[in-house]
Amino acid sequence: MTATSANVPITLRPGRAWTMVERNLMIYRHTWPVILAEIFEPLLYLLAFGVGIGALVGHVPGLGGASVTYPEFVAPALLATAAMNGAMNETTFNMYGKLTADKTYESILTTPMSVRSVALGEVCWALLRGALVSTAFLAVVSVLGLVHSPAALLIVPSALLIGFTFASIGLVVVTLLRGHEDFQLIQLVMLPMFLFATTFFPLNVYPRPVQVFVEILPLYHSIELTRATFLGTGGLHLVIAVVYLAALGTVALAVGVHRLERTLRT
Amino acid sequence: MHTLARARSAPAFRELGYWLFRYRRTWRGSIVISVANPLLFLTALGLGLGKLVNRNGSEYLHGHPYVEFILPGMLIAAVMQTAFLEAAGPVMDAVRPRGNYRAAAATPLAPADILYGHLMYWALRAVQNSIMFTGVSILFGAVSVYRAPLLVPIALLVAVAFATPAAAWSVTVTRRSQLNAMFRFVVLPLYMFSGTFFPIEQLPAWLRPVAWVTPLWHGVDLCRTVALGTATLPRTLIHTGYLAAMAIIGLLVARRNYRRKLHV
Repeated sequence: MTATSANVPITLRPGRAWTMVERNLMIYRHTWPVILAEIFEPLLYLLAFGVGIGALVGHVPGLGGASVTYPEFVAPALLATAAMNGAMNETTFNMYGKLTADKTYESILTTPMSVRSVALGEVCWALLRGALVSTAFLAVVSVLGLVHSPAALLIVPSALLIGFTFASIGLVVVTLLRGHEDFQLIQLVMLPMFLFATTFFPLNVYPRPVQVFVEILPLYHSIELTRATFLGTGGLHLVIAVVYLAALGTVALAVGVHRLERTLRT
Repeated sequence: MHTLARARSAPAFRELGYWLFRYRRTWRGSIVISVANPLLFLTALGLGLGKLVNRNGSEYLHGHPYVEFILPGMLIAAVMQTAFLEAAGPVMDAVRPRGNYRAAAATPLAPADILYGHLMYWALRAVQNSIMFTGVSILFGAVSVYRAPLLVPIALLVAVAFATPAAAWSVTVTRRSQLNAMFRFVVLPLYMFSGTFFPIEQLPAWLRPVAWVTPLWHGVDLCRTVALGTATLPRTLIHTGYLAAMAIIGLLVARRNYRRKLHV
């Protein structure tokens, strides 16, 4: 078994991945309040930034020709950020605990489960949680009266795509971590991305060179995607964002599965 | 010479020495959390979002650019957050899983010494963070060079006012999830709605009195009026009095709880 592990072909067939999801669901029955916090946090940001700072900002001009209110501008971005954070937390923090302290995967691998199924199962699990959080967020946002068209429902599949991309990136990241201290480095990347990837203000406040840099960030495209679906201003941006996120996610997933294979089989 | 100085020092300084010794291993991460984090917020909100805000010219900012308005808020909110984080997790760990407190209590250190020593450490951290933060803010042009030094003692007061009640509570806590819940459902909302990012005059009328009683607003308003040069004596006295009372009451309760928890 181990002798051939180095030559395992990179395929993404799910195998027994569902078993991993099932296992997480059983654990989750005892830890579900965590999800409340995950919904609560973006709402808090929405109230503070959308409503509080919104009064200072006024209308945001130049989005698809029409002027949108500031809460409407911020809400989809916060959803994209929540989808990103939820997925990344699942495959970095939680997986790191299972990899090092709990040795969960080592026990699992003594069963017919393969590393690939473990990895895909964890990504699916992150997606399931993301679906829950984004649906709840959308529900609250519509109660607040920020949703104007049923097309906003598309924000849930958008959040799932974002979750997929970042869960897969997290899968690569978790195999690179040397210790607990490295979580600081993740923060050091995630926080600036959260603040600068057009969450709170449009791209046009930056000088052109900075704009180019921001346009490379995966969160920027995630926000473009959710904002376009939420505000109903689709178009070319949407296609670019979907292709970019799907491609990045698939590559990251393949690399992540491969790297996890090496981490767990040696 | 060195050992002589150590032997003569008050017991609380022994405890302080312990935390400082540990800090030598963790300072890099702590800088990320307590300095880089608020500075990034300051850049993104003050400069980026500030462009939108300044263009709109809100009457609530009294003619100040947005970056000057949120700098004191960011500083005080960050100080509160660090004070809470330092006085929550490490205190709980020190009582139960790691047991540093229990080990210290087995020496001639009294529970009060342990508290004072740890408190001095939090105070030092607050001073260190606020010096770094205001230093960079001067470079941003977000605060005048002459007023910036006044912000450091204010930050220290806020840190102590929040650290002592936090320690009083977390020394009794047994589960980490309680700390997380407190952070998410109390500290974070305080952070967002105490005038940090927007003036509380903007809140609906019925909510404003709530903001007036929250301790963070007193810290933010004290710091902001000093930074913008609009401080008045009565207002300053109310703010400092409130925060000092909170620090003292917190200290008394913490001393009692430390004694109950560590003197077995």
